[in-house]
Amino acid sequence: MLEATTALNARRRDWRQRIDVPVATAFGCIVLLLVLGSFYSSNFLSPQYLLQQLKVGAFLGIIATGMMLVILLGQIDLSVPWTVTLGAMMASAAAAHGAVGEAMAIPVGIACGLLIGLVNGVGVAYLRIPSMIITLAVNAVAQGLMVAYTGGFAPGDSASAAMRYLAAGTILGVPNAAIMWLVTGVLAVFLLNRTTFGRAIYGIGNKETAAYLSGVPTQRVVMIAFALSGGLAAFGGVLLAGYAGKAAQSMGDAYLLPSIAAVVLGGTSILGGRGSYLGTIAGVILITLLQSILSVMQIAEFGRQIIYGVIIVAMLLLYGREKIVR
Amino acid sequence: MTDWRFHLAQQRGTLTALGIFIAMFVFYVANHPAGFTANVVQTVANKGVLLALVAMAQTLVVLTSGIDLSVGMIFILCNCVASYVVSGSAVAATLGIAGVIALGALCGAINAMIVIFGRLQPIVTTIATGAVYFGIALWIRPFPGSSPEFNSDIADALTGKIFDVVPTSLVVLLGVVVLVWLPFQGSVIGRAVYAVGSSEQAAYMSGMPVRRAKFAAYVLGGMLAASGGLFLTFFTYSGEASLANGNTYTLYSIAAVVLGGVSLFGGRGSAIGAIFGALAFRAIGDLLFVFDVEPLWQPLFQGLVLLLAVSIGSARLFQVRNRLELFT
Amino acid sequence: MESLVPLFRMEGISKRYGGVRALQQADLDVRAGRVHAILGENGAGKSTLIKIMSGVVAPDEGRMLLDGREVSFPDPAAAVAAGIVCIFQELSLIPDLSVADNIVASNPPGRFGLIDRKAQRRLAETALARAGGEDIHPMALVRDLPLSRRQIIEIARALTRTPRVLILDEATSALAAADVTRVFDVLKRLKAEGIALLYISHRMHEIAELADDCTVFRNGRRIATYEAGTKSDNEVVEMMIGREYSHVFPPKPAGPAATATPVLDVRNLCWAPRLNDISFSVRAGEVVGLGGLDGQGQRELLLALFGVLRGISGQVLIDGKPVSIGSPRAAKADAIGMALIPEDRKTEGLMLQMSVRDNLSFATLSELSHGVIIDRDAERDAVDEMIELLGIKTDGVSVPAGSLSGGNQQKLVIAKWLMRKPRIILLNDPTRGIDVGTKQEFYQLLRNLADAGAAIVLYSTDYDELIGCCDTVLVLYDGTVKRTLRGADITERALIRLALNIDNVAGDAQPNATVGA
Repeated sequence: MLEATTALNARRRDWRQRIDVPVATAFGCIVLLLVLGSFYSSNFLSPQYLLQQLKVGAFLGIIATGMMLVILLGQIDLSVPWTVTLGAMMASAAAAHGAVGEAMAIPVGIACGLLIGLVNGVGVAYLRIPSMIITLAVNAVAQGLMVAYTGGFAPGDSASAAMRYLAAGTILGVPNAAIMWLVTGVLAVFLLNRTTFGRAIYGIGNKETAAYLSGVPTQRVVMIAFALSGGLAAFGGVLLAGYAGKAAQSMGDAYLLPSIAAVVLGGTSILGGRGSYLGTIAGVILITLLQSILSVMQIAEFGRQIIYGVIIVAMLLLYGREKIVR
Repeated sequence: MTDWRFHLAQQRGTLTALGIFIAMFVFYVANHPAGFTANVVQTVANKGVLLALVAMAQTLVVLTSGIDLSVGMIFILCNCVASYVVSGSAVAATLGIAGVIALGALCGAINAMIVIFGRLQPIVTTIATGAVYFGIALWIRPFPGSSPEFNSDIADALTGKIFDVVPTSLVVLLGVVVLVWLPFQGSVIGRAVYAVGSSEQAAYMSGMPVRRAKFAAYVLGGMLAASGGLFLTFFTYSGEASLANGNTYTLYSIAAVVLGGVSLFGGRGSAIGAIFGALAFRAIGDLLFVFDVEPLWQPLFQGLVLLLAVSIGSARLFQVRNRLELFT
Repeated sequence: MESLVPLFRMEGISKRYGGVRALQQADLDVRAGRVHAILGENGAGKSTLIKIMSGVVAPDEGRMLLDGREVSFPDPAAAVAAGIVCIFQELSLIPDLSVADNIVASNPPGRFGLIDRKAQRRLAETALARAGGEDIHPMALVRDLPLSRRQIIEIARALTRTPRVLILDEATSALAAADVTRVFDVLKRLKAEGIALLYISHRMHEIAELADDCTVFRNGRRIATYEAGTKSDNEVVEMMIGREYSHVFPPKPAGPAATATPVLDVRNLCWAPRLNDISFSVRAGEVVGLGGLDGQGQRELLLALFGVLRGISGQVLIDGKPVSIGSPRAAKADAIGMALIPEDRKTEGLMLQMSVRDNLSFATLSELSHGVIIDRDAERDAVDEMIELLGIKTDGVSVPAGSLSGGNQQKLVIAKWLMRKPRIILLNDPTRGIDVGTKQEFYQLLRNLADAGAAIVLYSTDYDELIGCCDTVLVLYDGTVKRTLRGADITERALIRLALNIDNVAGDAQPNATVGA
């Protein structure tokens, strides 16, 4: 009847509505950056360079995946820096414990991250502590543990062979790290779009009260999301240790703000409830490219910081603005 | 009689922070080898005042239900600029001080414009502007240093002791509270700041100056962060563009604000509470020193104490009987 | 007191929100010394008109004239300065500030930008007394006060602003009769002083008492203006909905078998301090209503049954077996099969930014999935089925739920729960703010569900609904069941008298529990 044709027309319109403005803008900026960079040097468009960027970006990409889950809930995870470091250090430490340790290195690292995330999750979901403050505190505790563990020195343990393979190796010319990111991404997309868990995340980010009254186990979902964020951050740390050969103090500090920026530049609302993983991918590539181009152009560190900040504001002004209430 | 009950209820957060701080301070002084001497108090005061000023800056933005992740960078930037301009004659140095505070106001104003007119969320705005402010600091002070004509007289005067007993920095802090914070809190704009944080829509419909309130909060916050940067220069006689330091101050200011009873959702709390929160937070490190705990364990203890404090703060939740109240 | 030139006039006002035309060439005359009532369904444009008048929103077209001179208001402060004061339906009080702070919010007394707290307090106390709120302490925080007190504070605040035009948008909805009388006295005094009053309400008897002129809006246009009392209620409603209206509820059956085990049996339910020893039962096919004034525990009772409240004592039996419901998740489980249509659809019932489809399937996701993976085909079928069943008017299933009209949004909430085929349905004032046409559909739906065997508990602030839909009505007062009315005993007179705690209701046969004074 009338309803049926309306529904059919609506489905046709859905397809066109699916073009996500922020994601398109982000990808557009990536292309723009590459074009501008190519004026400086044609190397910017070479496959080697692009693959290298994918590899470097993979670490940020994995960490940003976890951050995205938490931001979709309307929360934030400020414990990323030392979860990354802790994951890396614990994995390396395990690797130093003989054959069993070596085999268990990566799972141990990830498990540590899951545990940290679980603490965050319990605090946010059950104790209703604002995520900003509890993740901050947990970050400090993680730092304290690692500082005490290493005695303040650089950690002596090396990464396991598996870690090095996953992070630095290649399969048919494609960097393994990028493959790891791809796998993580596919799982993330599946989780968010095809599972009840993912639907619950969007619902909670939109209106936790309504989600709760609909009978969704909101506390469990929030707790698991934070656990996943911790696990992914730790996994990122494990891979970073594999890439560099060993863990380092403060290795995670450089990933906090970029991971938040990548998620937000990809169109995910910092208030939660809205965002697609494709956008996060775009955001990660964008930031990685930006940092790389600035460093290749040998722009001094201070210039890089300023440009970094200005570009984030400029891009958000394009599509991250809240609606006027008038 | 009921009046007192209301006053008390409103100041609960601040009073709790005060209580925590006094407990820690007494504990510290009782166990310090040198005891309650003026020097001990001065050291505590000087370190605490830095964080207290930055925490006050953060309070102002948090009251509007925003967050300022650039306070630490404004602090560092002003430190670096001050290391150049607080030099020469007393007059020139004073003008330099005024200039630094104006710089802080400018940084705050930039944040405010982007949040108000750009309609971007404060958290991401201040992440970005923080990077810009740090970049500028790094530009003018690529290496730690100081101006050859640095006016150390003013610096010493403001970090020394009055009558050989009372630390000047505390007096300055008190002055800021009495001459800046209290009048602000009692003013129309100050009231509007609380209103905006409590419910921006209701404040707008009540005819309160929403935009001006937000602008004032960010600008005043910038000026307070600048004061912190100035004091750092007075202590160290130099400027250093340290990323680690800036990040630390930003994050610690959030901790201080929460410990001080200011609600991260906005509309509730006082900068005075944040000051006690800052002093208490600083005191943790000092306590560990006094108890001869290895410096290696300090970060862990600081984290655990913070974790404990915020967990206790939410113990109220176990009394909540209508679960809908758990969701804002 | 008549005057020839209207004090305030709106001409040709239009306003669009995206694709929706909220107002189309609307006009209105407001005269000094008269009360002008505005009637219209939800979505007729009344709220938008008020927002434009008070400077919250800017019109796309048209002009406003004050004293014959054209004016425009860039923000609410400008409107207040011009003497246009509005008491909004969504209250504009700031929760974390005190009562006194709120009353003087837009113009606090003081000098050089500093607020004079003592003067502020005196002003507040005077204003509260004028509005009938002497029991409100000026230093109390607004967030700690119930809705009825907040409405009094809003009125007090409006009075301090020396209005020339005072607009009241559903400003008395939560007030008890005594409060309403006092407020009306104040309003009549203001009228005598030459102030123009604009009154928006759904309560016909209030309009009958207060108004001099009435205007009906429909679909963003002014349909008619007439003197109060010159049109019958049915004529007015027909103007509001634009078609013939018969104020008829679907017929009620004789009543379920008295011997059947009640589906829901509540015994001695307590939740201090809001619920005291409540006992009642609901059989399959029965519609039990909760009556009484606002805030007597009706909402808390529904929340308690649904597992939202902690610290409940007493027993709840489903099909004769005692159960313990600790969360909405437990309540909706198949063994119990409960559903709750919550009070506020925008914040408790729907996720407005999510699509219609996502909202509809949200409570039934685990049944529409294999494990954790959602079965998209099953979801699509279920969603289409519910849209058809309830006649939800939407531009496709992928549009955000927030783009639907109020009535369709409420249908969405109901559909979400009906997808689970619940046996026990709790409804928290479901037709508040819904247009008359949708209400009719809703009453029929309720009757169909009851006939199919559901046990229904309905809380409504509309007496007609309680009388027309319910087989049994429990009138609550102060958290206890004052009296249980059945069948023909459910009359408006009985409901009002019991709600106001007046004893001696003639003709009532069964006292229930304790009838305290």
